[in-house]
Amino acid sequence: MPGIPSRHKSIFLLTGVVLLQVLLLALQIKRDSEGRLIRVWTVGAFSPFERAGNHGIGHLRETWRHYFALQNASRENEQLRRENDELKMQVNQLQSKAIEADRLALLLNFHKSHENVPMLNARVIATSAGTASATIMLDRGSKDHIKKNMGVITPEGVVGKVVEVYDNTSEVLLLTDKDSGVGAMLSNSRKQSPVGGAGEPLLLMKYVANDDTVNVGERVVTSGMDKIFPRDLPIGTITEIKPGNPFKSIRIRPSADLERLEEVIVLLTLQPLQMNQETETAKPVASVATKSAGETAKPSASAASKPAGEAAKSPTSGAAAKAAPATVSPVPVPVSDNAAAAVKPE
Amino acid sequence: MNDAFDIRNMESHIEVHKFRGGAIVGATLLALMFQAFVPVYFAKAAMIDLPLLITIYFGLSRRNPSTGLLLGMVIGLLQDSLSGPTVPLGLYGIAKTVIGYLASSIGARLDTEHPAARFALTIIFFGLHQGIVLLTRRILLAQSSVWFTMHLAVAAVVNAIVAVFLFALLDHLRKS
Repeated sequence: MPGIPSRHKSIFLLTGVVLLQVLLLALQIKRDSEGRLIRVWTVGAFSPFERAGNHGIGHLRETWRHYFALQNASRENEQLRRENDELKMQVNQLQSKAIEADRLALLLNFHKSHENVPMLNARVIATSAGTASATIMLDRGSKDHIKKNMGVITPEGVVGKVVEVYDNTSEVLLLTDKDSGVGAMLSNSRKQSPVGGAGEPLLLMKYVANDDTVNVGERVVTSGMDKIFPRDLPIGTITEIKPGNPFKSIRIRPSADLERLEEVIVLLTLQPLQMNQETETAKPVASVATKSAGETAKPSASAASKPAGEAAKSPTSGAAAKAAPATVSPVPVPVSDNAAAAVKPE
Repeated sequence: MNDAFDIRNMESHIEVHKFRGGAIVGATLLALMFQAFVPVYFAKAAMIDLPLLITIYFGLSRRNPSTGLLLGMVIGLLQDSLSGPTVPLGLYGIAKTVIGYLASSIGARLDTEHPAARFALTIIFFGLHQGIVLLTRRILLAQSSVWFTMHLAVAAVVNAIVAVFLFALLDHLRKS
């Protein structure tokens, strides 16, 4: 650049580069799809290494657990130690296999108890590269029929929803992310209110009026209103309640350990998952529930027609939930217009 | 001096360091891999911003504001790409571009080889980085964010401690 002192060139370059990125930000705000190509390339380039790293770490952990961790003690008594080591090694192997078997059995039981819901197990291979978001990367993608907005859970509780899908991987927005939200209700009072992330380990329930009775330790479950998660899946337990204006500030500890996720279940359906009605004992309640559900059908439908995040943030009436019977197995029902709208990308 | 030379004049002892072939690219990719991968197993590791530390280190060492800011931009944009769709491309990009520029500019004026200087500079740059990210969020993205938390203060110190050791390790990648 003739005429520009060389020491000023870098300032011009800095200004230009920052302005370009501001423009890029502005484009993304206006059009959601801008920049997707860069993401696809980057994720495509990194995911094989992350996958390999995942296998490598797994192998290292096994090796450490089965060999190196036992090596120090072997110096004390050669012969006896060797035998002892072998036994310990076998015990460790069996223990780790037993733990893995327990974990898989838990997943299998969950699958069996929800046979009507198509599910897919997936392994977590990476997390968000920064603290600005709470996301995880799964080793399954569109080739495994995963689609955007599908729910992700563990047998312990709700994890989040799929926000981006690539060929062999997919990205899940965790419940703890600031932009995350799920339709929820209190397990005892059946009072409904969305639960969202706050960018920290605890979740927030915002729209519970000060008059409503809520207790620390009370469980919070999905309400099914977001049309992503079936009803009555555990979300978490209330750990703190503060009065606010006009709503209480309720903090919830997630049921699923969102900081130590290794395997998760993806709900392979974008259809709203509906609970079967209880038959004998629930009959009187069911009739009330039908009426209540009818009364509250409009608000819930309107909530469903919003993008999922928005739907989760708007307060809903708890009348229907109060009268509704408890958990039964979820079954997929045909897609309705509302449901289709409910799973539109945010 | 073939591989390291005085940047200003004979009175100055501030050298521009050259690195072995592929060192910058390799370190950058490893840092991004670490950032995306290790927190799967050690959740607390998420507070370490390795891409930022790499930006600071190469900025301080190369002492060329133009390459410093370009490296910061590339690292930031790659980090944005790997941070999920809720993080728009450019959020970390802008912050790390500025940090890359500032680190290179400061590196050209001060001797930043001493561990204490590196510790202090990392804390300052970490704070600046957070400030720029927050400003971008508030002004450009209209998102609410908290200016200061205890977690951020702890993260700044942890990153500074990691930086002291990491920078000493990365010094071995310099051409002797």
